[in-house]
Amino acid sequence: MATIRIPPVLRPSVGGEREVEADGGTVGAVLNNLVEAHPATREQLFGEDGELNRYVNVYLNDEDVRVLDGLDTAVGAGDGLVILPAMAGGDHASLRS
Amino acid sequence: MAVPPIERRPCAGRYTDLVDSIGNTPLIELKRLSPKPGVRIWAKLESMNPTGSIKDRVAKSLIENAEEKGLISPGQTILEPTSGNTGISLAMICARKGYPLKVVMPDNVTPERTQLLKMYGAEIVYSPGDQGSNGAVAMALDMAADDASYYMPYQYGNEANPRAHYEGTAVEILDELDGNVDAFVAGLGTGGTLMGVARRFKEELGDRVTIVAAEPMQGEPVQGLRSLDDGFIPPIIDLSLLDRKIFVTNRDAVVWTRRLLDEEGLFAGVSSGAIARVAVRIASEMDHGNVVFIVCDDGWKYLSSGLYTLPVDEVENLESTVWW
Repeated sequence: MATIRIPPVLRPSVGGEREVEADGGTVGAVLNNLVEAHPATREQLFGEDGELNRYVNVYLNDEDVRVLDGLDTAVGAGDGLVILPAMAGGDHASLRS
Repeated sequence: MAVPPIERRPCAGRYTDLVDSIGNTPLIELKRLSPKPGVRIWAKLESMNPTGSIKDRVAKSLIENAEEKGLISPGQTILEPTSGNTGISLAMICARKGYPLKVVMPDNVTPERTQLLKMYGAEIVYSPGDQGSNGAVAMALDMAADDASYYMPYQYGNEANPRAHYEGTAVEILDELDGNVDAFVAGLGTGGTLMGVARRFKEELGDRVTIVAAEPMQGEPVQGLRSLDDGFIPPIIDLSLLDRKIFVTNRDAVVWTRRLLDEEGLFAGVSSGAIARVAVRIASEMDHGNVVFIVCDDGWKYLSSGLYTLPVDEVENLESTVWW
């Protein structure tokens, strides 16, 4: 069972939860189980081709799975996944809310 | 009595213009950060550029590239979405070269940014703060589309950005270490540093070098997108050039910014702390070799946050600030 941290933009699709759990031996399997449990996430997470949405970054133990093995990246018991939106940055914006 | 020649770079060099002195920054070994005797960690001090950041290289490249292509001439207004170091670098260079500069930035930036930009004579147009950098990019693109008299370098999509590092930063590192680079770590923002250095290193060193991106995990208060489709990926980024991509939380970034100061005496900005954290993680996975990381800027612009003197838990707005 892997834990998945949900970004604020996706929380309405998972009943407001900050973190959910899902089974699966790969990142793709874990996310598919997430989508089965919370169907409203499908359109946000995946494109029509079944690949990750371009603006969705998924991290396994802090590392972006796109530069690992993508959706085929192996997931171990107790691993943590984090879903984050891709955002502009890199300019030392130092914003204050 | 004859004066011995100065051999140590970057002290060497005499320039007739401040802009020409950009680059040739020092590479400093940080022995206390190294987790193993056989692994050497080197910091490339981009904070030593004239306005104090790596963006001096980028701004110089963007402007000179446009000049070489005949796209701009003195008197023409330059427009760029930037709330940070690129704006400050552009402001200095545009002031030196005679280009009025208009910067689009979110309305919730720290006071240091506004002062530095105004100091160099830039005009500031504010975008909605709750939309972060994405909002500034969108507004600047709209302004450029509506008024053809603007020239927008657009660092997120301009190959002159990575080229500054392909032709400058990467070459300097290779020279200083005689090509013995095993891992390179830089921050992922526009992607310019990583793309430029990665291309040069992969060409020169092949797969012996690991290219690692450190990226910010923005705090939840600034993840305010309405939809994941509102995300943004700078067009110059080619993920295939990266071997690893690791995020760093704001808290860890601040903790490691303090470690750079406390353990190595290095007064650096917050992104450099995050990058150092990833560099040490990569170093701990190696048995021997050289790890090079980028110190993007110094700490002056972050002083008002109190992060260098307060306990980390007392730093205000830790999660609601876009630190880098």
